[in-house]
Amino acid sequence: MCLALPARIISIEADGLAVVALEGIKKSISLALVEDVTVGDYVLVHVGYALHKVSEEEAVRTLAMMAEAGVLSEQLEEIEGAEA
Amino acid sequence: MNAFDPSITDNANKIDMTHGSGGRAMASLIRDLFHKHLVNPHLSAGNDGAVLELPPGRIVVSTDGHVISPLFFPGGDIGCLAVHGTVNDVAMMGAKPLYLTAGFILEEGFPIPDLERIISSMAGAARDAGVHVVTGDTKVVEKGKGDGVFITTTGVGVVGDNIRLQGDLARPGDKILVSGTLGDHGVAILSTRQNLEFETEIRSDTAALHGLVAVMLEAVPDIRVLRDPTRGGLAATLNEIAQQSHVGMILDERFVPIKPDVAAACELLGLDPLYVANEGKLIAICPASEAQSLCDVMRGHPHGADAAIVGEVVEDQANMVQMRTKFGGARVVDWIAGEQLPRIC
Amino acid sequence: MKYIDEFRSHDLAEKLAAAITRESATGRDYHVMEFCGGHTHAIFRYGVQDMMPANVHFVHGPGCPVCVLPVRRLDDAVELAERHNVLLCTYGDMMRVPGTKQRSLIRAKADGADIRMVYSTQDALKIARENPDRQIVFFAIGFETTTPPTAVAIIQAQKEGIENFSVFCNHVLTPAAIQHILQSPEVRDLGTVTIDGFLGPSHVSSVIGSQPYEFFTEEFQKPVVIAGFEPLDVMQSTLMLLRQINEGRHEVENEYKRVVNPEGNLKAQSIVAEVFELRSEFEWRGLGLVPYSALRIRDAYAAFDAEKRFGLSEKQSREVKSCECPAILRGVKKPTDCKLFGTVCTPDTPMGSCMVSSEGACAAYWTYGRYRSAQPEKSSKKGIAA
Repeated sequence: MCLALPARIISIEADGLAVVALEGIKKSISLALVEDVTVGDYVLVHVGYALHKVSEEEAVRTLAMMAEAGVLSEQLEEIEGAEA
Repeated sequence: MNAFDPSITDNANKIDMTHGSGGRAMASLIRDLFHKHLVNPHLSAGNDGAVLELPPGRIVVSTDGHVISPLFFPGGDIGCLAVHGTVNDVAMMGAKPLYLTAGFILEEGFPIPDLERIISSMAGAARDAGVHVVTGDTKVVEKGKGDGVFITTTGVGVVGDNIRLQGDLARPGDKILVSGTLGDHGVAILSTRQNLEFETEIRSDTAALHGLVAVMLEAVPDIRVLRDPTRGGLAATLNEIAQQSHVGMILDERFVPIKPDVAAACELLGLDPLYVANEGKLIAICPASEAQSLCDVMRGHPHGADAAIVGEVVEDQANMVQMRTKFGGARVVDWIAGEQLPRIC
Repeated sequence: MKYIDEFRSHDLAEKLAAAITRESATGRDYHVMEFCGGHTHAIFRYGVQDMMPANVHFVHGPGCPVCVLPVRRLDDAVELAERHNVLLCTYGDMMRVPGTKQRSLIRAKADGADIRMVYSTQDALKIARENPDRQIVFFAIGFETTTPPTAVAIIQAQKEGIENFSVFCNHVLTPAAIQHILQSPEVRDLGTVTIDGFLGPSHVSSVIGSQPYEFFTEEFQKPVVIAGFEPLDVMQSTLMLLRQINEGRHEVENEYKRVVNPEGNLKAQSIVAEVFELRSEFEWRGLGLVPYSALRIRDAYAAFDAEKRFGLSEKQSREVKSCECPAILRGVKKPTDCKLFGTVCTPDTPMGSCMVSSEGACAAYWTYGRYRSAQPEKSSKKGIAA
């Protein structure tokens, strides 16, 4: 449920509105539900509202965790292969 | 936005019931707008019908009603769309389109300058496609009983005796090609829809494809199926062909061409680009041995620059269309249930 | 698309699949309930199930707001549009959901009711401003993710004095539903439904945070991993769940840290609290009456409550008798256990909500299940999800 997408804020307008970009698509959204966002930030957009800032640092960490899980699995495979 | 805003013009410049009544107003509308733009000897003769000369070959006829909101959209309008849509239907049979007829249903109060824009666009599209609009009809309906303008066009063309293109000819092993990026038209229309507005540089791909078809058939005369994936997009069209030919199909998502902006708009609205409409693209199915050369020929034509081999026909009693996802799994590309609606969950 | 494409990478998917296969090679079965329809959708759209070992089963949960709305409330919405002559605004998701006697909003619209599809509550407000002579009702559905935008619209309507705007509120709460499932006799006593752990809501949690789930891990001793909606998120979270299960842990872990933190979005929470209060109970399709599982509009904003503004009639709402949506939503039955499934009930002629929403288990099975049956050699090897 809850279709929401990370999009980049490209301008902040009057009345708590902002324009976000997803590739070349630009859409006006409301910032009424978030604080401290600035141009360049990625926010999670749901039904025309920014819900939350997206953390670059955590995204990188999660991807690293995924890669690591795979690597770990491969290494274990190799060790077991060598033992057998 | 719908250009049909009666407040912007005065009454004298709008369609009223007299324009459809058969009287002087109707005659002058036909003369001043239709004949002025769609000039050709058949139409100018002013007869009830047109007597046409046809080159040798078999006759192909196709008809299509055009209703669209908004009437003017990024990349086109209902006028050129009414020409391209029918020209393409004739072309998908392998024929060279020659003549069109056009029936207009106008809503009372429609601004005449807008009508002139539409007819002029229609005339331009017909000229570019090398077809003549040889006869037509105009009716006016009361305000509230139409959506500005509806246009029905019928196309006549001729196909050579050696060409046989049919939806039931796809065979296991054949390759599936598309002529370019998918979903451009539907996304361009959605971007203007009230309450969905978003900004995009995506424009409708509306175009006449018979030129592309001609070079394709010249290079690979034994193409088995040609079809334009309009409403319901690639998914609906492939499902139709799969059922007609009693085969299955497997697409490879990696090769399905979709513009990044179209993909983004679809993500935003929760739509699947495989189901989004096209107005200037075609699907071709041909024997595997000729697929690459067909693809190369298509890429050499302006309307096929992004052509790609996207999948193959397989044996399947259930006649299903499936897709190997970029991600590495598999999914079904089913018929659509009704119109795709933007969703939030 | 940044933060999207990276989480759909084929290479990482293969690596994670290998890791999951390794982690699950214990000889036992794993039943993972994905609470959200968003996860269900990702599993089917990207073919995640294909990459899972046969002993890892996904149990589809009730986390689709379209699916859990009881027929009665949908009938109320149809009544608002038809009998009270209001201009009803709603999200596209609701248009095709069948009410009593298969009557949906799209059919009511065809019969002349003024029903408009909107993308945002801001659009509904705009329609209200543009049509001061009409009563505009926003048919609000959704979980905690979708609630704050409704609250913003109500506050804005009050500030601007948009008196012709009101909200038919059907916002529901996820933790209450999860608790209800875990307390149900099927799970607790009878053991007819096995749930070893939960993939927790992602976007709901961006608003409520990860803390509300701590209770479940303690009380019911089931692990929860808050999981993003991209396919790699689902796989990574499944791996994290398997590890917890194998190690006998039951903690709240957060795979979706790029958007979810422990406390959630405090500003959104306070805006919701300003406008809404708990209902003592609310009916969920499939779960029945669930205590403290939904929100209603507070008295301070009663002027914008469509239920108060328009006296809705008592009605005899009826689901199609043999429709198994309720049991399917509880995870007790599979879509293929329903007599209507694939016969009279298809996406073209849906009898129940699970066949309408693209997140509904029936709609997903309709396509996926048929694909499976067309691939006998594969399904025998890997099995179909429970």
